[in-house]
Amino acid sequence: MTVTEERPPTPEEEHEAIEILWEEAPGAPGFFASVDHKRIGMRYIYTAFIFFFIAGLQALLLRAQLTSPDSQVMGPQTYNQMFTMHGTTMIFLFNTPVLAGFGNYLLPLQLGTRDMAFPRLNAFSYWIFILAAIFMYSSYLVGRPPTGGWFAYVPNANKTYSPGINMDFWGLGVTFVGISTTVGAVNFIVTIFKMRAPGMTLNRMPMFVWSILAMAVMIIFAVPALTVGTVLLEADRLFGTQFYEVAGGGSPLLYQHLFWFWGHPEVYILFVPAAGMVATIIPVFARRRLAGYKWVAASLVGIAFISFGVWVHHMFATGLPALAMSMFSAASLIIAVPSGVLFFCLIATIWRGEVEWTTPFLFALGWFLIFLLGGVTGVMLGVLPFNWQATDSYFIVAHFHYVLNGAVVFPIFGALYYWLPKMTGRMLDEKLGKISFWIMFVGFNLAFFPMHVLGFLGMPRRIYTYSEGLGWETLNVVVTFGSALFGFGTLLTLINFFVSKARGKPAGGNPWNADGLEWSTPTSPPPECNFESIPVAAGRHPLWDSEKLEEAESGTDDATKSMGPSGALNRQTPILGGMQSDPEETMEIPEPTYLPFVLALGIAVLFVGLLIEAALVGVLGLVVAAIGITGWLWRTEADLQ
Amino acid sequence: MTTTEAGPDAAAAITQEPHGGRGTAWWGMVVLIMTEATIFASLLASYFFLQAAAKEWPLDGIEAPELSKISLMTLVLLGSSAPMFWAEHGIRKGQVWRLKAGLIMVILMGSSFFAFLSLYEYPELTFGMKDNAYASIFYMTTSLHGAHVVIGLLMLGVVLIKTFQGKFTAERHVTVEVVGLYWHFVDAVWIFVFSSLYLSAHLK
Amino acid sequence: MTRARRRALSLPALGLVLLAACSRQSPNALDPEGPAAKSVASVAWLMFGLATAVYVVVAGFIIIGALRGKKESRISDGAFIWIGGLLVPCVILGGLAVVTVKTTDTLRKPDANPLRIEATGYQFWWAVEYKDEKVTTANEIRVPAGRPVEIGLHSKDVIHSFWVPQLAGKVDMVPGQRNVIRFTAEKPGEYRGQCAEFCGLQHAKMALLVIAEEAGEYQRWVTRQQRPRGGPSSEREAAGEQVFMRSSCAGCHTVRDTEAQGTLGPDLSDFGGRKSLGALATENNRANLAGWIENSQSIKPGNLMPPVQLEPDELLNLLEYLENLR
Ligand code: HEA
Ligand code: HEA
Ligand code: HEC
Ligand code: CUA
Ligand SMILES: [Cu+2]
Repeated sequence: MTVTEERPPTPEEEHEAIEILWEEAPGAPGFFASVDHKRIGMRYIYTAFIFFFIAGLQALLLRAQLTSPDSQVMGPQTYNQMFTMHGTTMIFLFNTPVLAGFGNYLLPLQLGTRDMAFPRLNAFSYWIFILAAIFMYSSYLVGRPPTGGWFAYVPNANKTYSPGINMDFWGLGVTFVGISTTVGAVNFIVTIFKMRAPGMTLNRMPMFVWSILAMAVMIIFAVPALTVGTVLLEADRLFGTQFYEVAGGGSPLLYQHLFWFWGHPEVYILFVPAAGMVATIIPVFARRRLAGYKWVAASLVGIAFISFGVWVHHMFATGLPALAMSMFSAASLIIAVPSGVLFFCLIATIWRGEVEWTTPFLFALGWFLIFLLGGVTGVMLGVLPFNWQATDSYFIVAHFHYVLNGAVVFPIFGALYYWLPKMTGRMLDEKLGKISFWIMFVGFNLAFFPMHVLGFLGMPRRIYTYSEGLGWETLNVVVTFGSALFGFGTLLTLINFFVSKARGKPAGGNPWNADGLEWSTPTSPPPECNFESIPVAAGRHPLWDSEKLEEAESGTDDATKSMGPSGALNRQTPILGGMQSDPEETMEIPEPTYLPFVLALGIAVLFVGLLIEAALVGVLGLVVAAIGITGWLWRTEADLQ
Repeated sequence: MTTTEAGPDAAAAITQEPHGGRGTAWWGMVVLIMTEATIFASLLASYFFLQAAAKEWPLDGIEAPELSKISLMTLVLLGSSAPMFWAEHGIRKGQVWRLKAGLIMVILMGSSFFAFLSLYEYPELTFGMKDNAYASIFYMTTSLHGAHVVIGLLMLGVVLIKTFQGKFTAERHVTVEVVGLYWHFVDAVWIFVFSSLYLSAHLK
Repeated sequence: MTRARRRALSLPALGLVLLAACSRQSPNALDPEGPAAKSVASVAWLMFGLATAVYVVVAGFIIIGALRGKKESRISDGAFIWIGGLLVPCVILGGLAVVTVKTTDTLRKPDANPLRIEATGYQFWWAVEYKDEKVTTANEIRVPAGRPVEIGLHSKDVIHSFWVPQLAGKVDMVPGQRNVIRFTAEKPGEYRGQCAEFCGLQHAKMALLVIAEEAGEYQRWVTRQQRPRGGPSSEREAAGEQVFMRSSCAGCHTVRDTEAQGTLGPDLSDFGGRKSLGALATENNRANLAGWIENSQSIKPGNLMPPVQLEPDELLNLLEYLENLR
């Protein structure tokens, strides 16, 4: 981009030039080639919500079957498919990606930069996610959805007991989607360390950024265990290896260790960013700075750290040595301490603040009341003797819906009400939002509280039916009723979303009078380049700390010239040293490109080849992937020159 | 907290000189390596888990792997990190010839390791991966490492081509550093794979 | 805090439990009938009490905090964090850790002179073997009330889990491994249990019954099982035996002292004395049994016994035979 006139361009001309430069091609080309973090983030969120409603529908069908004893809504085969896909979808295709979506959208804005550290990798990670999702759901097209439960224990999931490709959809699909999670985490970590606005030291980062950092670090060290677990599973299934076969010297418990070494951190991978959302929303509507900022950050990091030491609490009934179990039992109790600290920092924030009862705040409050119960039952489950009664019963189902559906989904809904105005430019309706909240809250507790009781009345999980006369009938009716109510509440928010898109109130730049840099962009949605001039973060709450946000000027040296409008004019953004917060280099933001899509497509074809055990298809996939990656590396190289 | 708290140092930040931290590509590679290292750690942990559960090890009377030749090849692979370091130092000073010579050395040493493994070691093995869990984990771990060697070699090849095209200078050689890092990782991981799969099997 | 107080405290949260517990048939873990389940239940009540207290206090702070508006407060941020976030949880958790260790210790201690049984999980039923007594049965476990029982747990195929809530917690049945579960049924009675680890299509209908009897009655059952089997007592029975041995049944089922020695299905030696059919899938009566043999898939879809085609009178004879197996 060259500016030919003699005189320096006026700000208006500059503004226009920047807009033209960053504008993306409309239609399909723009769609498949975009590397803009905002588009990718939105896509993540929308796609994930489609899966939320699909999995929610599956849940309601499960409930329809369980409402009455000996019910005939569906047979065992269908029921097993249904809960397997419900759990798998909720965890892998809704929760994980929706949080990645918020991270993608918000991180560069909150950090005050123009994109993620690896924009093309970002696009790649979305394509992998959606292709993996299609891969898993294509099992319905061939009438063979997986049936092994969301953790697919062997031997039940091996070739002998699950013949047919049902479980291959699961094993390969989960491995496949793990690629997306992992590269996403790499991107988050590097972005957080290298792309903060000048002045934003680590201990000024917004709490949501801290939580994404903790999440990404957990992903980096946890997902490999899952990958190894499922790769060995698929090796057993497809190539006849003996990793989990008792007859061949293998061990079914090895699979459980690998799975839960990922599985436990995974639940905090979901919980921690959700807590970060709450810690963002609470101060804004308590109109007060976050109390104990360092404590909150430390507790998120602490939870991430401890989460790697407790996986065995999912295996307390497998007959492990007593000493090992006691140690893991103690570790599970310890994790309540950082959670307690987190909790009381937020309580302190509310206590001395003045609450503004908006919908996002209500959802945050719902988080408190629900997570508190889910956390407390978690502590009970950590107590060995208690666990032996409760494990694999509906008490577990109650615990994890309180934490997953409550402590994760409620903040996500809160985040929708809070950030969607920035993303779409229109406010959601507050009144409808509040109605939706209350219906969800009441429905939620009606649905999941009685499950604790059912567990103690001896109802095991994953049963497609039960006989009359066991005392489970009434409570199951209540549960189903609550589920439907909860589902109805979520639909109100869906409606709210569509109505607001059509005729919501315009949001302006900062409708909540909030503190974070993402609200400093003059418009909603933010300009394509995010910031024409990079803002300077003067404190932990940049928009509250000073009357007018300082903006950086372009310098003349390599490091600082990209900070002002001339950076935006050249599709550049500044990069920091890492721990320090001063600019050091300039990064070119890549042009839109199809290459990430090509690479992802190649990998998808490879997985299809494995699925149908067709070597030729696999090789074809590898070739396409090779083309994609070579082209990509070539272009990366061009950037570095 | 006051409103002016961050004013001065934020302004100072902007005018400060760069101080030679690592670029995003380097950071990305480091994080990627951490996750890859965890993959190997999980596999080796699985190896020891299976061993702990077994009455004899290796299973079914398979002999513990023979050590002499693989030890030699181990030295070759680990040794290849030396010319890599030498080449990296060279390009930092702008000595392209050192980069060329070093890379060629590395590629030769790496390929001979891989050739040994795939053409000599594998065909010599008396067991197949379906025989039992020991055999399965042995093949899985060594072949995963082999795949890393191949990927490393391919990347080194690309770097070599670029070197001959004259793309690298004292200032611009991020790719060299990043690929070098990956190669050192491939070498380092082999130390663990070697000690677990080969050395430890001889401990009684 | 006394036990009564504790219970009183947990009342609000667990009112529902009590309500539902009115249904006496529930295999209710909080209505324990043996020492193992009792000590877990008392841990459970302790924790329900604590949990209710923690919940009420913490939720109270949140709600009051949100409602009180902006007022000065004597509680500083630091006090919240140090006392609420760190001190109190550490004390409570330390206490829980002690309870955990103590209870676990007592639960794991082997009893003197227990009744030893080996149970094996199959898709979707249970094989039960009294090693010392040399008696084999399936799906229903008879034990003398008051005597400690120690069951070795195995699996022939996938992972199952042995759970009789009123007697003890769960222990998994893992292939290639022998786990042990210990309990004592203090009073005579029937205690329903169920497989608690997802094991395939009919995980839902893989239940079992522990039948605790007076020592004498139990002994009579054992003696009967140890006695050599006499011949059929009627013509019909004899004809039924023929049918059983000739058709596929004998290939999968064992009847003690006959040529039927199959091991793919439950041992039927004492089948006539069983209350249930197909691991508690349904009641053991003539109509159900006939239905089961003709097509067990309609009663328990996905179980591993194939439908067997028989002439009506063959079937009648077979039923006569099966009902008289004791
Ligand atoms: C977001 C997800 C999430 C979260 C946050 C948690 C949080 C916790 N979980 Fe949960 N858990 C799951 C998701 C989650 N869990 C899932 C999905 C499963 C089942 C998987 C399956 O089998 O399918 C599971 C299962 C599970 C088990 C295994 C049960 C079994 O199968 O046998 C255990 C056992 O220890 C456990 C414990 C805990 C503990 C101790 C916490 C703690 O982190 C909770 C800490 C929080 C608090 C305690 C509240 C705040 C603290 C205070 C206010 C301080 C004062 C409190 C006290 C002193 C008590 N969980
Ligand atoms: C984030 C995770 C998450 C979430 C949000 C939920 C949400 C819900 N879950 Fe789920 N659940 C799991 C994770 C989750 N679950 C997991 C991991 C398992 C374990 C699986 C396993 O054992 O392998 C499980 C298992 C599980 C079971 C146990 C099955 C069994 O063991 O037999 C049950 C039973 O009641 C259940 C119910 C529900 C209900 C009623 C909801 C409700 O919240 C759902 C609310 C409903 C909606 C949101 C739908 C609204 C939509 C419509 C009304 C239709 C409109 C349609 C369109 C617009 C397309 N879940
Ligand atoms: C292929 C093997 C096979 C054959 C042949 C077979 N069964 Fe079965 N049978 C089983 C299995 C497996 C079960 C356990 C089913 C379950 O509960 O999941 C069973 C269960 C039963 C039961 C219930 C036992 C209990 O205690 O609940 C009866 C009675 C029975 N079979 C009778 C017969 C008769 C009579 C025949 C022949 C006409 C027969 N079986 C043929 C495998 C077989
Ligand atoms: Cu056997 Cu579930
Ligand atoms: Cu856990």
